[in-house]
Amino acid sequence: MKRSIWQMPRARAAAFAVFARNFLVWRKLLGPAIVLNFGEPVIYLLGLGIGLGALVGDIGGLPYLVFLASGIVASSAMISVSFEGMYSVYTRMVPQKTFDAIMATPLDIDDIILGETVWAAFKGLLSAVAILIVAALLGAVPGGMMALWALPVVFLLGLAFAGPAIIMTAIADNYDFFNYYFVLVVTPMFMLSGVFFPIETLPGWMQTAVLILPLTHAIEVIRPLIVGEPVEHLFGHLAVLAGFAVVAYYVAVALVRRRLWD
Amino acid sequence: MLQEPVIRARGLVKCFGALRAVEGVDFDVPPARCFGFLGPNGAGKTTTLKMLMGLADFDAGELSVLGFELPAQARAIRARVGLVPQGDNLDPDFTVRENLFMYARFFGLTRREVAGRVDELLEFANLTHKADARVDQLSGGMQRRLTIARALVNDPDIVVLDEPTSGLDPQMRHVIWGRLSELRARGVTLVLTTHYMEEAERLCDELVVMDHGRILDQGSPGELIRRHVEPDVIELRGEVSDGVFATLSSMSSRCERHGTAVYVYTGAPTVILDFLGEADGLTVIHRRAGLEDVFLHLTGRELRE
Repeated sequence: MKRSIWQMPRARAAAFAVFARNFLVWRKLLGPAIVLNFGEPVIYLLGLGIGLGALVGDIGGLPYLVFLASGIVASSAMISVSFEGMYSVYTRMVPQKTFDAIMATPLDIDDIILGETVWAAFKGLLSAVAILIVAALLGAVPGGMMALWALPVVFLLGLAFAGPAIIMTAIADNYDFFNYYFVLVVTPMFMLSGVFFPIETLPGWMQTAVLILPLTHAIEVIRPLIVGEPVEHLFGHLAVLAGFAVVAYYVAVALVRRRLWD
Repeated sequence: MLQEPVIRARGLVKCFGALRAVEGVDFDVPPARCFGFLGPNGAGKTTTLKMLMGLADFDAGELSVLGFELPAQARAIRARVGLVPQGDNLDPDFTVRENLFMYARFFGLTRREVAGRVDELLEFANLTHKADARVDQLSGGMQRRLTIARALVNDPDIVVLDEPTSGLDPQMRHVIWGRLSELRARGVTLVLTTHYMEEAERLCDELVVMDHGRILDQGSPGELIRRHVEPDVIELRGEVSDGVFATLSSMSSRCERHGTAVYVYTGAPTVILDFLGEADGLTVIHRRAGLEDVFLHLTGRELRE
């Protein structure tokens, strides 16, 4: 009779209703969302790419703006997914009790977390698309149409980051708790995974260490696609991202069950 | 009444760590009736409701709803049941109408399938004029009505209500009682928890009185009153001397002192009232015994915290 929180999740197509709910709310608040999605990258790319780029010159044979744009596509998806998976999911789970309302329908936590995971990844994708458009307008997408192949990778990156964010939400007592994750996880990845400078410039041991970070693997695939170069170790990188996505989804479901089940 | 029960519980046990929240509970809910769980806070009422929705598991016992076994068939049960939770959890980002459409979608119902039904429910909840208002623009009573309408969006066979009228003003409670009676008349089974005696007496065909995770007794409100208390109660407010108290005790079936009030339970009130006619400085209230007397008799008067 007792359910184990660790029993295999069995999410169904019905989970799409959760995605649809979030999409409909997002559509209502489209204005501010677009300002955020386009405004931020424009500032980053102009400020760092053009300003700092003039000092830096080329990096790894690429103009700094091109190097940076391809990194920001990935990192901004990571940040956007992490925000959604923490602040927004927490809002729906705790103060707003939206999850409680949904759990009284035939949907289970398995479905809710799947819907939230895909939704968070979709928001990451939106922010990556916005940056890609801005970068293209600034002439920083030499890969041309090939750069569009970066988008499915961004989506996979989003799935990989949604789970850990929802795990944090499942164990959070309040919003402040998320500071730990941002300072200890997101920001180090943002700085060290090759967004602003190539990981080859790191000391040897750190180059090995950053290989456990999913953002490093995402950038290793996304950058060459945007730049128009061949991708090395494609399946290895994708496998790491997929592994993060699957394991984190499973743990996220278990921890949300622990929190919401009586 | 030989109809199959729509909910059947046998030997239900639920523990939270060392606390035994529900301790071996048996009950049958007949179809198209209003079935109430009455009990003080912490009695195990809400936990019992959660178990029959498949939202809480149980440590021992058997529980079936509409012929489906829990916990294995919880999804199938929730498809046929509507829940009105204790606190409203409407979606603040949607309008009144959108809340209903969105909730239908969680049941796998499309906009087209429920369009007519949503209009009916808005009408039922007196919210047609507020259909396009945001939820945070509604009063507490309107939000409650919307929550009840939302629980009906899947055309359920059973509606489960956890303290449906707590925090509402008397007018709104009467409106909601009227709506719930309508539902029952249409053949919907209602299962509710309450600690409003008036609500239990008015709405419930059958009640279980719960405390400390056990069922103390069950029956219709009338049966419970006849079984546990004398038909008349005389309440005395003011200074009642020990001598008077002793006399009252000998004249009545039961006489209790609680704080500054004395309660005299009797089948023959006239003699006692005649006797009290001579007592000065006392407020004397003579009334029919009600569920509240049963409740206090069964669960005691000490504070629950």
